Amino acid sequence: MQSRKLIVLAAIWAVLLLAPYWMVPLGGYTALATRVLVLGLAAMSLNFLLGFTGVLSFGHAAYFGLGAYGAGLTLKYLALSTPLAIVAGMLLGGLCGAILGTLIVRRRGVYFAMVTIAFGQVFYYIAFQWSSLTGGDDGLRGFARQPLDFGLLKLDILTDANSFYYFVLFCFALVVGAMGFILRSPFGRTMIAIRENERRSRFLGIPVERHIWIAFTLSCFFMGAAGALYALVNNFADPRGLHYSQSGDFVMMAVMGGMRSFWGPLLGAAVFVVLQDYLSSVTVNWMSFVGLLFVLVVLFFPRGLLGFFQRSRA
Amino acid sequence: MTLLLLFNITNGLIVGAFYVLMALGLSLILNLSNVINFAHGGFLVIGGYIAYALTPYVGFWGALLLAPPLTAIIGLAVERVLIRPLYGRDPLYSLLLTFGLAFMIEDGTRFIFGPQGKPVAIPPFLAQPLSNDLFFITGYRLFMVAVVFIAVALLFILLRYSRLGVRIRAGTLDLETVAALGINVRMLRSLNFAVGIFLAGLSGVLAAGQLGLEPTMGTGLLMPSFIAIIVGGIGSLAGTLMGGLLIGVASGVTAVFFPAASEAVIYVLMAVILLTRPRGLFGEEGMMS
Repeated sequence: MQSRKLIVLAAIWAVLLLAPYWMVPLGGYTALATRVLVLGLAAMSLNFLLGFTGVLSFGHAAYFGLGAYGAGLTLKYLALSTPLAIVAGMLLGGLCGAILGTLIVRRRGVYFAMVTIAFGQVFYYIAFQWSSLTGGDDGLRGFARQPLDFGLLKLDILTDANSFYYFVLFCFALVVGAMGFILRSPFGRTMIAIRENERRSRFLGIPVERHIWIAFTLSCFFMGAAGALYALVNNFADPRGLHYSQSGDFVMMAVMGGMRSFWGPLLGAAVFVVLQDYLSSVTVNWMSFVGLLFVLVVLFFPRGLLGFFQRSRA
Repeated sequence: MTLLLLFNITNGLIVGAFYVLMALGLSLILNLSNVINFAHGGFLVIGGYIAYALTPYVGFWGALLLAPPLTAIIGLAVERVLIRPLYGRDPLYSLLLTFGLAFMIEDGTRFIFGPQGKPVAIPPFLAQPLSNDLFFITGYRLFMVAVVFIAVALLFILLRYSRLGVRIRAGTLDLETVAALGINVRMLRSLNFAVGIFLAGLSGVLAAGQLGLEPTMGTGLLMPSFIAIIVGGIGSLAGTLMGGLLIGVASGVTAVFFPAASEAVIYVLMAVILLTRPRGLFGEEGMMS
């Protein structure tokens, strides 16, 4: 069992590491792979909360968007440094999440979802209205990711799509590694205990609210990092990235891939992004099809792709 | 200045009346079925476009009478086919499903009726302002508020005195016991859903006369309705009513002094309420957790 897990893990990383080489012959392009990776990271960050703590946040796009704006504003006004921009985005998303988390954390179920949606929209309106800083409806433009300079080694991630992909993959690995590490720790086990039976966890003396708050905050930090990377992918930060419909997309990716598994959301993101990319190129009514996809997945594949395969194998 | 303030307060009340109508429907469905109906704005749009399609044949008054029940029938069908299988599952799924549904409705109306706004003709005598000083109070606006008032009053009478209403209220508190008493809970949920969608359809017709129709119009009204529910207190319809009016007036008044913040202010209001009174204005202890 353990060895099979290792094989699967090795296979996943091999697929990710070789993506620029197999993607292009299959008709894709490297930038698409980069986007899948970043949105997959966002979906995994959301699933850290959704799938492993069992708390339904439907406003996580806000922290994703905050990460994007944090990175963009840093590059535009403060410092021409890519790593600094990512850190800034991550901090902005995470800290805002930490503050709002204190207001949200006592609610449960649908009410948690409602309050997260509503608070998420706050940032959308700020980005939308404060046009002198954020560019308003047009989004934040006028910045670009900067080549990395390690003294001896220079990496041109601005123009070379492949080296940018590997840079994103490196960041992805860092964040995903942190996520996996936390989930394996006693804290992560406690999160799962809360998901499985909140009342029993409470009786065991686990401070449930504090754990949920920590999980929420961590998930917002990860989300901020993903958002920062997304701003670097596009050299652009979009207010619609903060909107609740984006949150819906992230939840969809997590559910479609499989909420109960660690890697499921990445698979979900891959399917979702490729499908959306394809649909919007063939029909103007792609929104209907995406909506239909939501309905079909909920009705027929509620466990997601991975859950479906695991079940049919068993 | 006074006139400007008065103008904006009136505006706020009218907008608030819309929020109330939307939010009451959402709240009904949320309380009984634990479903956040993201497609509620979509049903508003459906109601508006049905009215638009009917007006040439039956006139404005006919459309006002016919469109809400027709919308409710569509809602009933949607509930029966799509939402009923999801009761008892994680609320996440009904949320995602109605979210997808909202996409489909918006895109569908755009496909059928085109992306441009459509005007709905209202009877001429309603379009007149009442007086020159109070130019902003047109007959239609007063009429809208009156309709909302009547609808809300009827809803509360229905809930208070009719058998269906008593069952809905009982089901909100303890659905299991209601089922154990031999009441058909599936039917109850369907009817309750239909009542909620009826209200959405009604606000669609009213909105069509005031603002004209656009496929995206429902989305903009959805979020304030959420906030009306949270501010008023989840589980309390009276709270939803007050919450809707309150945020309408708050954004109207803010529009006088600081126009850019008129949309943001309702979120600030929500944050303040959640900080000082986590269960909302009228919410009962424990309903929100």
